[in-house]
Amino acid sequence: MPERASASPRVNDFTVKFANVNGSGSASANSLVMKAIFRMGVPVVGKNFFPSNIQGLPTWYEIRVTRDGWRARSGHVDIMVAMNAETYAPDVREVSPGGCLLYDSTWPSSTLLSRADLKTFGVPFAELCNANFESARARTLMKNIMYAGALAALIDLDLEVIRTLLAETFAKKPALVESNMKAIEIGYRYAREHFECPLATRIERMNSTAGHVMIDGNTAAALGCLYAGATVGAWYPITPSTSLMDAFRAFCGRHRVDAETGRNDYIIVQAEDELAAIGIVIGASWNGARAFTPTSGPGISLMEEFIGLAYYAEVPAVIFDVLRVGPSTGMPTRTQQCDLMACAYASHGDTRHVMLFPDSPEECFQMAIQAFDLAERLQTPVFVLLDLDIGMNDWMAPDFKWDDNYRPDRGKMLTDEQVAGLGKFHRYLDPDGDGIPYRTLPGVSPKAAYFTRGSGHNRFGVYTEDSAEYQDVMDRLTRKFATAARLVPQAVADGRSAKAGIVCLGSSDAPVREALATLRRSGTAIDYLRVRGFPFGAEVEEFLATHQTLFVVEQNRDAQLRSLLVLETAVDKQKLRSILHYNGLPMSASWIVDGINSALAKGVAA
Amino acid sequence: MSFIAKPKVANPSLPVNELGLNRRNYEGSMSTLCAGCGHDSVTAAIVQAAYELALPPQSVVKLSGIGCSSKTTAYFVAGAHGFNSVHGRMPSIATGANAANRNLRYIGVSGDGDSLSIGVGQLAHAIRRNVDMVYILENNGVYGLTKGQFSASADLGSKSKKGEANEQEPIDPVLLALALGASFVARSFSGDKEQLVPLIKAGLSHRGFAIIDVLSPCVTFNDHEGSTKSYGYVREHSQAPVAADYVAPQREISVSYQPGEVLPVTMHDGSSIVLRKLDPEYDPTDRARAAAYVQERAMRNEYVTGLIYIDQKRRDFHARSNTVDAALNSVPFERLCPGATKLPKILGSFR
Repeated sequence: MPERASASPRVNDFTVKFANVNGSGSASANSLVMKAIFRMGVPVVGKNFFPSNIQGLPTWYEIRVTRDGWRARSGHVDIMVAMNAETYAPDVREVSPGGCLLYDSTWPSSTLLSRADLKTFGVPFAELCNANFESARARTLMKNIMYAGALAALIDLDLEVIRTLLAETFAKKPALVESNMKAIEIGYRYAREHFECPLATRIERMNSTAGHVMIDGNTAAALGCLYAGATVGAWYPITPSTSLMDAFRAFCGRHRVDAETGRNDYIIVQAEDELAAIGIVIGASWNGARAFTPTSGPGISLMEEFIGLAYYAEVPAVIFDVLRVGPSTGMPTRTQQCDLMACAYASHGDTRHVMLFPDSPEECFQMAIQAFDLAERLQTPVFVLLDLDIGMNDWMAPDFKWDDNYRPDRGKMLTDEQVAGLGKFHRYLDPDGDGIPYRTLPGVSPKAAYFTRGSGHNRFGVYTEDSAEYQDVMDRLTRKFATAARLVPQAVADGRSAKAGIVCLGSSDAPVREALATLRRSGTAIDYLRVRGFPFGAEVEEFLATHQTLFVVEQNRDAQLRSLLVLETAVDKQKLRSILHYNGLPMSASWIVDGINSALAKGVAA
Repeated sequence: MSFIAKPKVANPSLPVNELGLNRRNYEGSMSTLCAGCGHDSVTAAIVQAAYELALPPQSVVKLSGIGCSSKTTAYFVAGAHGFNSVHGRMPSIATGANAANRNLRYIGVSGDGDSLSIGVGQLAHAIRRNVDMVYILENNGVYGLTKGQFSASADLGSKSKKGEANEQEPIDPVLLALALGASFVARSFSGDKEQLVPLIKAGLSHRGFAIIDVLSPCVTFNDHEGSTKSYGYVREHSQAPVAADYVAPQREISVSYQPGEVLPVTMHDGSSIVLRKLDPEYDPTDRARAAAYVQERAMRNEYVTGLIYIDQKRRDFHARSNTVDAALNSVPFERLCPGATKLPKILGSFR
C-alpha cells in the first residue's frame, strides 16, 4: 500500500521498482541501473524478488536510492517500470501517489494503466526494438536495456558511466558493448524527445560510495572461506545457497590453482544429497582440512543425524544456512529467519550448537572466517545463519579488510612433535578446564591414534555404557558450551539509558536502525542490541536485565529468537514483546515503527 | 564374545615384517561379536594383509557405519585412527577424509544392512566418485544387532531362523558395483583366508574404489538350514573363475604359471596381482561379461568369488578433481590465502 506522497523533489531519495518476466534478461538491465547510481556516488539498496522458476513467472527488482545510506527497503515505490503485462494492475496500484510509471506503449494501453495521480511515461519499447534490431533474441533482450536508457534520461543517469559499465561487462565481446549502448541511446533519446527530462525525482552525483562495494552475502561468505583457508567444500544444490558454492568455485579457480602444475589446492564435491554433503565435511574436518557446506532449511533437516555425531564426537564442521521461507519446501526464493531453533538444537538427544548471525556482506566475510576458527577451537559444528535477503541481494558494503598477520586458529590440535613428547594420548580429557579436549589427526603416530564414535564413550575415548562415564562426557560438553559463549562474536549494544530496548539479529538490523532514527525524531528513545552469536554472552544477559521492555524483532512466525532468549538466558519472559515479520519479503523500517508505536499506545513503557 | 583378554606382550619369536612389526602389532581391541562370527575372520584377514604389506599403522584410516560389521574397525590396527560414524553414511565420511588427505590408506568396513539398505545411496555415489579406498562389505543377509530381520542381500526364498521365507529380490553388491562403474570388484568368503588376504592386499594397492563383498555368516541368526548365507551353503556354492596372487613391488613374479592362463596386473604402487584363470573363458577386465557371468552363476545358485573385475585406468576421485599431490590438509596457509595484496583487485570487480 502506498504510504506517503512523493510529490516533493526527491533527489537521491526514492525507490524504483522494475516489474519483469523471469528469464527475459531483465536482471542485467536492472543491475546496470543500480551500478550506475552506485558509481555516481549515491548509496543504493537492491532487492530482488524473484520466483522459484527459470522462465515465465513474474519477477521484480527494487532499487532504493538513499542519500542517507539506509540499508533497508523503503516500503514504497516512487517509480514503477512496468514491463510485465501480467502484473500491470497490481504494479500500478503499488506506486505512491504522485509517483511515476514507465511502461511499454507499443500496444494500446488498457485502462488499468490510468491513474490520475501518477505521471505516466509510455515508450514504445517493443516497436523501437523491432525497428532497430534484427534477431528475435536481441529484440527481447534489448527491450530491457532500452528501458534502462529511458530511465537514465528520466532520472538523469550519466551515459558515460553506463558506457563504462557495459565496456567492463562485455570486455571480451566489444560488439555487445555497441549493441547495448545503441539500445540505451534509443531509449534515452526517445525519453528526452517526448518528456520533460530529468524528473524532480532524480540522481545527482554524490561522493558517498567510495571505498564501498556492491556485493551479496553469499559471495562475501565464499570469499571468507577462501581467505580462511578452506580446502574442502561439499554441497547439494539448493536455493538460496547455491551461489555461495558457485562463488567459492570461481574464487578458487582464480586463486587456488598452482601456477606451475595447474593443479588445485581445493576440492569441491557436489554430493548426492545433504546427508552426504555434511558427512564429507565431517570426514574432511576430522582429517584436518577446513571444510564447509552451504545449504538451506531443508538441507539442515536432512543433516541432523550427522550434526549430532559431530557434536558428540567433537568434530569441527562449518555450515552456512542461507535462510529461506519454510516450513517444508516453503518459498525457496523468499527471506526469513526461521531456522534458529532448528539449528540451535539440531539432532536428537541433548545437543546445542554454536551459531553466528551476520547482518551484512561484510559480516558474512568476517564470520565465515570466525566460523572456521570457532569450529576448530571448539571442535564442534558451527552454523552461519544468513538471511536470504543478505545472501542473495546486493548490498553496499565498506571494502573488506584483511590483516596478513591472521593465522587460522586450528585449536587444540597436537602436532607430531607434541605427540612425541606425550606420555599417553587420550582424546576426551579436559586438561585446561575449558571443556575442550585435544585432538590428533590421522597419520600422526600410532601413539596418538584414537577411535571416533557416536556411541557412548568415556573421557579416554573408549566405548562405554557406564552411566557415570557417559555423564562425565556430557557434563564436559556443557562446560565447553559455556566456553563457546565467551568466544562467539559479542552482541552489539547501542544505548543503555532507555527503559525499552530492541533485540534482533541478522538482516533485521537495517530496518531496525532506520526505525530507531525515526522513533528518535518523534521523541521516543529506545536502546538496541543486535545479537551476533549463540550461545548468548554475558552482554546479552546484561542488556536483557537492564531494560524493562524488550521488543524482539524477528522474521519468523513463531518468535524463535524470543524462544531462545527465554530458554537460554535468565530474562523474565513477560518483558519480551515480539514484532514479527514473516511474509517472505524483507522488512521495512515502518513495520517496526508501527509495531512499537502501537505497543506504546497500549501503555507499554518506553 | 570371548572373555579371555589378549596377553599384552607378544611372543618374541613371532616373525616380523619389513617395519619390524609382528602380526600382533596390527591387531586391535578384543572383539565383542558372537563366538564364531564370520566377521572376526575378516578382521583377522585385514590384520594379516596389513602385516604382510608392512603398512605403517598410522598410514591406515579405518571407517565404518553402524552394525555388527561396523564394530570391527576397533578390532584391527590399533595404531590407526578410526571413525565409527552413523548408519549407512560411512562412504561420505570416507570421501571427506580422503579429500583432506589423499596419502593415507582408507579401509571401510560395512555390512549388508549398512551398505545395501540405509546406505545404498552413499555406497553408490562413493563408487561413482571412485574414492580411493577398500570397502569391505561383510555380508550375512541379516540384521544381527536388532536380532535377525532380513537384509536387502537376503536371497529370494531363503529362510529366516524362524522359518519365514524372504520374498523380496536381493541386491547383489557385486552386480551393483559393476553397474555403477566400480574399478575393483571382488567377492570372497570369510572362511577362505587364502583367497581373502590377497584380495584385501590387492584392494589396498588399487588406486580407486575397491569393493570386496565378503560372505560372512552370522552364526546366531543366519547359519541354519534354508539360509543361503550359512557357512555350509556358501562353502558348497562358491566358485572362483580367477585366483588372485598378490606380488609386492620389490619382489619378482617367481611362480611359474601355465602360459595363457595368467594375467599380471601392475598396480599404481608398483606391486602386481597375478590373476590365474581357473575358468579359461573368464576375463576380469571385461565389465559386461563379468556382470553376465555373475548373473548366470547366480541363477545356478552359485556365488562367483575372487577378483571379478578390475580397471586400473579409471581415474580416482582426486585425479578427477585435479588436486595437488600433497594432502590438502598439509598445504601451507600462505598458499591458500590470497592475502591483503590481492584483496583490492578482488573487491574491484564488485564496484
